[in-house]
Amino acid sequence: MTVEEKQLETTRRPEPGDAPAVIAPGQTFGAVTAQISSVPLLRRTIPPLWYIAVAIGLALVLIFLVTVSYLFGTGVGILGLQIPVAWGYPITTFVWWIGIGHAGTLISAFLLLLNQPWRSSINRFAEAMTIFAVICAGMFPILHLGRPWVAYWILPYPNTMTIQPQFRSPLVWDVFAVSTYFTVSLLFWYLGMIPDLATLRDQSKNRFSYAFYGILSWGWRGASRHWRLHETASLLLAGLATPLVLSVHTVVSFDFTIAILPGWHSTIFPPYFVAGAIYSGFAMVLVLMLPIRAAFGLDNLITERHINNCAKLMLTTGLILAYTYAIEPFTAWYSGDQFEIALVHNRAFGPHAWTYWGVILCNVLIPQLLWIRRFRVRTKPLFAISVVILYGMWLERYMIIITSLHRDFLPSAWANFIATVWDNFLVFGSIGVFIVLFALFVRFLPMISMYEVRELLPFSRPGGGSEK
Amino acid sequence: MTRLYGVVAEFDDPQPLVDAARLLHERGFRDVEAYTPYPVRQLDEYIPARRNLPLLVLVAGILGTLTAWIMQFYIAVIDYPTNIGGRPLNSWPSFIVIMFELTILFASVAAFFGMLGLCGFPLPHHPMFNTRGFENASNNRFFLCVEARDPLFDAEKVADLLSQMDPVEVKEVEEE
Repeated sequence: MTVEEKQLETTRRPEPGDAPAVIAPGQTFGAVTAQISSVPLLRRTIPPLWYIAVAIGLALVLIFLVTVSYLFGTGVGILGLQIPVAWGYPITTFVWWIGIGHAGTLISAFLLLLNQPWRSSINRFAEAMTIFAVICAGMFPILHLGRPWVAYWILPYPNTMTIQPQFRSPLVWDVFAVSTYFTVSLLFWYLGMIPDLATLRDQSKNRFSYAFYGILSWGWRGASRHWRLHETASLLLAGLATPLVLSVHTVVSFDFTIAILPGWHSTIFPPYFVAGAIYSGFAMVLVLMLPIRAAFGLDNLITERHINNCAKLMLTTGLILAYTYAIEPFTAWYSGDQFEIALVHNRAFGPHAWTYWGVILCNVLIPQLLWIRRFRVRTKPLFAISVVILYGMWLERYMIIITSLHRDFLPSAWANFIATVWDNFLVFGSIGVFIVLFALFVRFLPMISMYEVRELLPFSRPGGGSEK
Repeated sequence: MTRLYGVVAEFDDPQPLVDAARLLHERGFRDVEAYTPYPVRQLDEYIPARRNLPLLVLVAGILGTLTAWIMQFYIAVIDYPTNIGGRPLNSWPSFIVIMFELTILFASVAAFFGMLGLCGFPLPHHPMFNTRGFENASNNRFFLCVEARDPLFDAEKVADLLSQMDPVEVKEVEEE
């Protein structure tokens, strides 16, 4: 009996009464390597869905490029932006994208610290999602500037104008928070990928991919002393990323709360924003995970347990969000402040009332279906619910920004907000950028962490059992 | 003539690898290294790693905090003071956010590059890559190498010792 046969034998004996396995039975070390590395290394394993996604993504990128060219050439007047609604679609979409990134860090960092082994087969592409979402987010504050070519003035650097940024402004904090978040996420993602890139180097069939993955893997050879350092560095980065991810959307919410506008000037905003961010992030994880799992046949590595757990976490964060929706009108009423009360009334019954009720429907009512197990484990309804939540979360940010800005204290300063077609092109264009980046990641990098999946196999620990 | 780098045993299961590492450790070998497709935690006892990365990260984090505080204090109080509603120039509570962010940033960069540095990377060429079948060290095989620089090293004796540990193969690896 060869070792492979012995390993198969071990995995085929699920113990009675066990929870659904994290990894389906019937895997060996070699099978895991072959299955995951075949996607970046062999062209023929790419399913048609990938080409369709790239085609749609590139079409949207084209729209994005045309819109951005027109925007930079003509000015922000082509969008619905005006005074008083100077934030409009770009900042709505910025907050939406940055929030989506949060679930990736949650899966990779929180769950690593909490020692949850099921994260192993989904953390890699959840982290990739974070990075691409932050890239999409980062474009929007620049796109909504009247003079985008001087965006770098917000950075503190010695300059001949002898001016400096104002550190008492949350907008400056935001620049530091988002750029730190991007850098740390990128380092964490890349650090985890180095051993797998070495596997791709060792499995590569031609000189080009050997050189490509060889350079990216820095000469990793799996030495046990290096594994020890790698593990320490991963844990340290997870420990650093955990408070960071909470701080990022907190700082984004400071952009709102530190202003005195009714509806923004509220202490509940930081937890409200963080919960909403994680909520939309899990929806995006599922929207990406379910088609990829089906198209690449990853059912054995991404099992029902992963999908169920993601859906449960989505439901949990959704309930936190529902609580804040309920507490907002209460705070307004309890404060007795006429502007706050007027705002709540305006949100629910004013010209943008459809967004308020849309948010309640998409983020509170429809997700209650997740209490039923069938909706958590069947992929099609879960996919549909996730798309609804993503739309609902975008709508929520729209509601927060538009309704507070368009009617503040002085009725003579009120104005309505009407988005233009270019606003919509920008949003959908950024989705195209995201799709293309993600498709490239799936095609050229190991989308599931091979070494962490090996650790999950029941014979990975010397003497039997799994390392994790 | 090329110099001998070490004697390598190839295993197809983690158990004999750990047994062999334990045996070598008991016999007093110290320049021993295991190459595995995933971290095998039981090896840590017999092949101790350097543990100074957390200290490096702590120092970098403190440096980040100080950098952010000095930068903001210098800009807001000395270089470009602005009076906003009569608030104090040194409004330190509003400096906390960037101090926090730069702490995380510096510490993370130190964790990443510190790990690469302590591993000796980038190192595209290493004698171990001369080992036949070493491409499977990142797939499904486990390698244990006793390096020639170990004072107790004797190629034949080490090869004999390793052969008793149920390896797939024992082979000599050269520097070039």
